[in-house]
Amino acid sequence: MHEIVAREEIAKDTWRYIVRAPEIARQRRAGQFVVLRVYEKGERFPLTVVSSDPDEGTIELIFQAVGTSTRMLAKMDVGVEILDLAGPLGRPTHIEHFGTCAVLGGGFGMAPVIPIATALAEAGNTLIGINGARSREYVILEERFRQICDRVEICTDDGSYGHRGFVTDVLQRLIDAGEQIDYVLAIGPTPMMRAVAELTRPYGIRTVVSLNPIMVDGTGMCGGCRVEVAGEVKFACVDGPEFDAHQVDFDMLMKRQRMYSEMEGEARKMFEPHSTPLCCCKEGGHDNNRGKDEAAADARAASRPAGA
Amino acid sequence: MPEQPPGQRVRNFDEVPLGYDAEAAMAEASRCLQCRRPLCVDGCPVRVKIPEFVRLVAEGRFSEAARKIKETNAFPAICGRVCPQESQCELKCVLGKRGEPVAIGRLERFVADWALQHGKIQAPELPPPTGYSVGVVGSGPGGLACAADLAMRGHDVTIYELFHAAGGVLRYGIPRFRLPREVLEAELEYLAKLGVTIRLNFVVGRTATLDDLMEDHDAIFVATGAGLPRFLGIEGENLLGVYSANEFLTRVNLMRADRFPEYHTPVHCGDQVVVVGGGNVAMDAARTARRLGAENVTVVYRRTRAEMPARTEEVVHAEEEGVRFGFLASPTALNGDDDGWVCSMTCQRMELGEPDASGRRRPMPIEGSEYEIACDTAIVAIGSRAHPLVPETTPDLELSTRGYIAIDDSGATSKEGVFAGGDIVTGAATVIEAMGAGRRAADSIHRYLTSERPTDEDG
Repeated sequence: MHEIVAREEIAKDTWRYIVRAPEIARQRRAGQFVVLRVYEKGERFPLTVVSSDPDEGTIELIFQAVGTSTRMLAKMDVGVEILDLAGPLGRPTHIEHFGTCAVLGGGFGMAPVIPIATALAEAGNTLIGINGARSREYVILEERFRQICDRVEICTDDGSYGHRGFVTDVLQRLIDAGEQIDYVLAIGPTPMMRAVAELTRPYGIRTVVSLNPIMVDGTGMCGGCRVEVAGEVKFACVDGPEFDAHQVDFDMLMKRQRMYSEMEGEARKMFEPHSTPLCCCKEGGHDNNRGKDEAAADARAASRPAGA
Repeated sequence: MPEQPPGQRVRNFDEVPLGYDAEAAMAEASRCLQCRRPLCVDGCPVRVKIPEFVRLVAEGRFSEAARKIKETNAFPAICGRVCPQESQCELKCVLGKRGEPVAIGRLERFVADWALQHGKIQAPELPPPTGYSVGVVGSGPGGLACAADLAMRGHDVTIYELFHAAGGVLRYGIPRFRLPREVLEAELEYLAKLGVTIRLNFVVGRTATLDDLMEDHDAIFVATGAGLPRFLGIEGENLLGVYSANEFLTRVNLMRADRFPEYHTPVHCGDQVVVVGGGNVAMDAARTARRLGAENVTVVYRRTRAEMPARTEEVVHAEEEGVRFGFLASPTALNGDDDGWVCSMTCQRMELGEPDASGRRRPMPIEGSEYEIACDTAIVAIGSRAHPLVPETTPDLELSTRGYIAIDDSGATSKEGVFAGGDIVTGAATVIEAMGAGRRAADSIHRYLTSERPTDEDG
């Protein structure tokens, strides 16, 4: 029932799928996600719904093929049905007219940024888009971002495209230049979201992040996605995934995101199809349980299949 | 009843009690006194015709016995395994006053298994369709029982389930060593034979609201359960290695983490596991941990063995499997190592004081009695709360305390045509109580649908 009606590779290992899901397309609002399972032994993993077309009864998903399930999904062609797809899950983004909004996407975080930026623009906000990536080939959805935002700044860690540096450098420069920013949205790897939160905290700018902890059911039943916000335990799947960045305990989030890295590392070794340590193939990896160390966390800049 | 020996069963997820053979079942059934006023039936939330089916078993007429049970209980293979018979039908059995009551649960299981193995399960002849359509929210025991009863009365029934597999707690909560999945599958197949449709991956409150469903159905039964895990609210509860029992069991039961990495969902189960709680879910978590290879599994419970809500059989099974118990102890903190993993639990010793509202003696902390238990995995099994999705997205649905749905004696909610039952009404209880609620709601829904009521046109 959830047939793939179109697909394209928009960047290396980064795919855009249009999937038939009439009920989800009708209900879905900005900020919500779906949980998928692509084969019988696979995990349940979340993906942000990037857009939906209620008339066509379709939703748009963008993912990076980095773990077993997403790699399998990337091999599924037009006409194939996705085994399980449930949603839309999570609370929709709170949208209102804030004024000038800075929307920051780190690496693959651009995919979940797009729907929220779209909704903010539709509510009459002025949008300054900031897109950061490791290097030029990791910059995705640029054209679309430019269409949504009033202006766009791009930066890369290595300076291969746009400014050299991080999204926080660009944001700081805007603030220093006296730009009145009323609202900041930041989605990307957790260290990036934490850095943005620390940057805006002294200025008291309302800052929202979308968290991607490990999830199983996505409907509030397991508590695996619990995060601490303002000293209270929240479930990202039903209370979020968006939270006030200044209240989030990012340390705990990062630790919890790494809970299964060791087990998965061992599983990867067992299943590793190539023996060379330099091989980037992550066969055996797990899509919503990623990363082991800072380097892996950085890699998540480009690998954020869990948009939630 | 023969059982898998403990040393063997902690290394597999196969069922523990092996079940009666025909001869043993007939011998057990022939002990029944066939009371003229059978009290056992009063003890059964779904009023299974116990003396009748037991007599048929004694006479070796097993397929007739199966049909007799199915008259009032669509899911005997499940109930024969997970019902707390010792506090229901068997508690009322006259024989129990001077000795062992008739093993009604085991006989029910025998009959159901026999019918499954011999392909003797046929759907009863269904009445002609009534033209009414009922939506059931949740495919746990309450939803399944309600759906079966409504289908047998000729109504068109669709169940909405948020997971990718049906069964609710029977799927994600109860381990396969207590309820083999073939048994669940067979019971679900039976439901399909009754013409019930199950829509998986359908999250009521998200994929569609209750109000949306009202447009497609003449009545709705909400049986969404108490799926939201409760935590202790103590320091360190978000450390790595700390699970809700729901998550731990869901990973293993629904996602098959016991077979990681063949199945891709992992579960962390260390060598030293502490389970907090005294109910059946705590026993399920502890016994699952043993099967995942944990050497030391300790259940920490704040009262004594006598007050444990878990079934005696589950406690005994856990003990046989090497699970230890720390009674009169209450966790006050979870302590972590430098990497953020749980490494110990601080507990405070308790003593029993005056009885509380539940009639059980209230545990009181003993000052200065803190001690530490080393652990690398901690599982919190202290109950659950109402699943919030339906109440949150249905503004005119009246709630009782703590987010549960309020109903009247008939099971009707404050919203016209919407009924509710099971854990979403009562808070966490048993499978059979939810089934009982489902069946009572089915009665009320049937009456509601078939009695004269004002139509929309009448205003």
